[in-house]
Parts: sequence; structure tokens; C-alpha cells
Amino acid sequence: MRVRVQLFARLRELAGLSECECEVPAGASVEAVWQALCGRHAALAPFSRSVSCAVNDDFATMSAAVREGDAIAFLPPVSGGARGDE
Amino acid sequence: MPRLAVTRGPLGVEPLVALLEGEAQARGEGCGAVCTFVGVVRASHAGRRVRHLEYEAYEPLALKAFARIEAEIGGEWPKALVAIHHRIGRLEVGEASVVVAAAAAHRAGAFEACRYAIERVKQIAPVWKHEFFTDGDAWVEGATAAPDDEAARREARNRACA
Repeated sequence: MRVRVQLFARLRELAGLSECECEVPAGASVEAVWQALCGRHAALAPFSRSVSCAVNDDFATMSAAVREGDAIAFLPPVSGGARGDE
Repeated sequence: MPRLAVTRGPLGVEPLVALLEGEAQARGEGCGAVCTFVGVVRASHAGRRVRHLEYEAYEPLALKAFARIEAEIGGEWPKALVAIHHRIGRLEVGEASVVVAAAAAHRAGAFEACRYAIERVKQIAPVWKHEFFTDGDAWVEGATAAPDDEAARREARNRACA
């Protein structure tokens, strides 16, 4: 099945695109979409431990199942809470 | 004007204060205290001189994060009202990037709700800061946005009620 992927901030810059489509097996998780994306854009892989996600404009977990046509957004760590930002 | 917004235009404190005062009055109760917070673009970061910043947001999700913060505040400070406006796009040093206003019956509630709101904005709002220095640029990356992380919520509450 196909899902839409959105990338923000540094992830968008590293991948060189803000949106794309990904083909994943039925029943795949958000994590599987991320792995598929990292397979195409190796520069994203270092974010595997810190990335968070949204599905259809709502916060989601990486273990959530995705459905055909879902919009999956991957978010690098947000700027708030950075050292020196208190 | 909405209480929660992501906007490209300059931010002001007064409109948010007036908005909350109006809403408190409309509820027939008024408010005894309004507290505001303004986040301002700093001239330097980690010893490097900032020329300007660019803020980027995932807007639909940022508004949902703000709504979640508003609901959390409703749970902790039942009669408080909160407004959160975050600016995106290019900002110069000295300009306001975020304004939070909180209204409550008394000053303790207003201060606490205001501090809680900005702490939670920093933790969970999908907003990214790209700093442009005189000698290069860098994305600022802090917390992994996890709105259901109870420990983060507790930390925000502790900071607000210190």
C-alpha cells in the first residue's frame, strides 16, 4: 500500500524533499515507513532514536499501524528544551 | 482572533490580553489577573552572533499541541484561560517569537498557568528554529516531541508551581 510522507526542518533538508510517497506492506507500522524512508535517504538514519511522528495531522507513536493513503509526518526534535533555551 | 494561532505577522501582547479579558467577562466572571510571557530572539547563541532566525512549524499539529496544552491547563487550573500565538518565518533579533497569556481569578493561577503553557510549548509544539549566524547556520534541536510523556508534564508542572 502507498502512504504519503511529510518531512520537516532538518529532516526535510537532509532528504532534499518535503513530501514523497512510500510503498509499504499492508499492516505496516510508522516505524516500517521510517525504515523504508531511511533506505532511500541514508542521511536520515541518525535520527532513528530521536524522531517523532504524526499520522493524519495527529500525534502518533512509531508503533502505530498505518493505512493506505495515510499522511505520515516525521518530526526531528523540536527546538524548545534545547540546552541554553530555558 | 483565535486564542491559539501560528502566524507570520508580528506578535503583540495587548491583543491577547484584551482577548482573554473579553472572554472572561463574557463568562460573567471576569478575571483578577492576567500574566503574559514573550519569547524574544536573542542576539547570540552559544557564543555565536545571531543575524536572524527562521521558524518553521507543522501548523495543523502545532495547533493541536496548543489545544492539548489548553486542555491540560483546564484540568489543572479549571477557571484559567490561556492564549498562545507562535510566529513563524524570518525573525530579526529582538522580535517576539511566541506570546503566551493566561488569565485567572488570582495572580498565583495566572502565573502558574502562563509558565506551564510556555514550558509545554517548548516540550511538544512541532516548531523548529533555524539560526543564521555571522559565520554559518544551525538547526536548534532539543526535545523529542512526546505529548503523552507524563514525566515531561510533571516537569512542566513543577517549573510552573515552583
